[in-house]
Amino acid sequence: MAGRTVYDKIWDAHAVAERDDGLTILYIDRHLLHEVTSPQAFEGLALAGRQPWRRDANLATPDHNVPTTNRAAGIDGIDDPVARTQVVTLDENCKRFAIEQFEMTDVRQGIVHVIGPEQGATLPGMTIVCGDSHTSTHGAFAALAHGIGTSEVEHVLATQCLVQRKSRNMRIVADGDLGAGVSAKDLILAIIGAIGTAGATGHAVEYGGSAVRGLSMEARMTLCNMSVEAGGRAGLVAVDDTTIDYVHGRPFAPVGALWDRAEEYWRGLKSDADASFDREVHLDASRIVPQVTWGTSPELVLGIDEAVPAPEAFDDPAKRELCERALDYMDLVPGTAMTDVAVDRVFIGSCTNGRIEDFRAAAAVLDGRKVAGSVTQALAVPGSGLVKQQAEAEGLDAIFKAAGFDWRDPGCSMCLAMNDDRLYPRERAAATSNRNFEGRQGYLGRTHLVSPAMAAAAAVAGHFADVREF
Amino acid sequence: MEPFVSHTGVVVPLDRANVDTDQIIPKQFLKSIRRTGFGDNLFDAWRYLDEGDIGMNANERRINHDFVLNAPRFADGSILLARDNFGCGSSREHAVWALAEYGFRCVIAPSFADIFFTNAQKNGLLLVVLPEPQIDALFSALATTVGFSLTVDLRGQRIDGDAFHATFDIEPERKRLLLEGMDDIGLTMRHADAIRAFEAAHRERQPWVFREGV
Ligand code: SF4
Repeated sequence: MAGRTVYDKIWDAHAVAERDDGLTILYIDRHLLHEVTSPQAFEGLALAGRQPWRRDANLATPDHNVPTTNRAAGIDGIDDPVARTQVVTLDENCKRFAIEQFEMTDVRQGIVHVIGPEQGATLPGMTIVCGDSHTSTHGAFAALAHGIGTSEVEHVLATQCLVQRKSRNMRIVADGDLGAGVSAKDLILAIIGAIGTAGATGHAVEYGGSAVRGLSMEARMTLCNMSVEAGGRAGLVAVDDTTIDYVHGRPFAPVGALWDRAEEYWRGLKSDADASFDREVHLDASRIVPQVTWGTSPELVLGIDEAVPAPEAFDDPAKRELCERALDYMDLVPGTAMTDVAVDRVFIGSCTNGRIEDFRAAAAVLDGRKVAGSVTQALAVPGSGLVKQQAEAEGLDAIFKAAGFDWRDPGCSMCLAMNDDRLYPRERAAATSNRNFEGRQGYLGRTHLVSPAMAAAAAVAGHFADVREF
Repeated sequence: MEPFVSHTGVVVPLDRANVDTDQIIPKQFLKSIRRTGFGDNLFDAWRYLDEGDIGMNANERRINHDFVLNAPRFADGSILLARDNFGCGSSREHAVWALAEYGFRCVIAPSFADIFFTNAQKNGLLLVVLPEPQIDALFSALATTVGFSLTVDLRGQRIDGDAFHATFDIEPERKRLLLEGMDDIGLTMRHADAIRAFEAAHRERQPWVFREGV
């Protein structure tokens, strides 16, 4: 048999049957749910008189529109009645269908893509879905994970399966060592800058090479998280000691003899030496400098030592037009050094960069420094209650607060501005999230994507700054 | 899902190309937690003169009498006649839910946007593609005949009305699903035994995936 990729192996291990039209019925191991994309799916289930196929496959938590202050008040603390209804509805649905939920006041509550791995609900070799496109995050564990629509949420609840067409295989190999002050966020932004936002369309992307092998699990999650921003539905990293060590001892992970069996199986989750990829991209990680996006698409990204490009720099007329529109929306002048661009707000958090290492990296920059007086607000929003607890145990919250940051409760927060954390028109943010689309963080708001250390540096300087000089 | 076998109904002409899903159901209604309740807000910005929001009583809104859906002769319309690229824009399934809840069973147009096409199929709304000249003929017939209606026969793949006769293409799998009223879930459920057998074997192979006692 020809060699198989990690993706092929997980696919084969979950293919139930092939339909007449050539699509595959794929078995789903884990289904994560949140308040925004699940209500219609539960309603559909109830209307059809159906029950969840396998309750223990599901895990729910409210994250998208929970407030990041006054958490102790629970649901009563949500001022927006529409948001409150969505959270209450999730609560009711979980009770009605006996689905495990980490409620708002549970210390385990957090962004779905942070809590899955944290709990060991995300395990290597699993198929994992969620009504959210950044489900690709979980691929860091050599799991096949991707986002689904509301009808598909209902489909998975009812049948424990998804009807899928197999993607092609793509490998992105990053060799060499990332320099000091350069993180997984810079690596993925550089990759998207190189291959474009449609660079991985139709593919499952496996990340490899010595730079990726050297990353922690948190960093690999950052990498896989943004696969969807490159057009890939799923991103994967093969299993190694780093994976095994992270999973060991997590609440949902197996123990004893079952752990040994699982570990043996998981260690086989790497692509065979003779596996073939439909597409391969190679990168020298040692040449990557800290990145900052300047436009309204993640592929419009620069090294911090570069200047805002002019439309003429693009050969493709469509790209030129995109550049013109982006310059206009972002209110930037070609030739401006990125280090001269001032920021109004700073946001450290989200499913891309809301984990403990992210707060450590930012705190290392902030220690003994202050947020610039010109910055209106600097927000630190842990990805989960447990991340928050850990950070506080390490004294990181004190560093953030002393520097002038707001230290908040967990949730998606300013990543998509469904709660009160948002940009006001024409404000500019340094954000550690994953989308810089028009209006994403608030009507007419301007988002620049950076790593946590770079966000901290921008907060201190009041403008984008090279964290390597701190 | 309600099966679609044959349907006879009044045709409503919507003579615009590129009708996007934002027009079919504007974004403020997406905050709803329901799959139902969108019928009153179908084409909201065209149908009413005031700005709509979630929870408003349709009977107290200012009606735009110039919009085709508000004309008494089309009050019972259940077949929508449209132009090119109907359903383009955002992927919101709410657009299909709104059309179906309003009472449309079928949309006839020269072309449809991709995602809308898939979403319609998932919800039993029949989309029929006809060539431009036949679409033109239908628009002219509607202009001259009050109460113009059509019979759409999915089994025979025929559309018939007063002095109008056409056949249409549809992929066999899609046709079968619609005829049987089978939604995707229903279709997958036909493989329930295979899923159960797979699950049992999977539990043997990877027992750590399953959380007993939850
Ligand atoms: S943090 Fe942002 S990208 Fe991640 S799940 Fe929440 S809203 Fe989506």
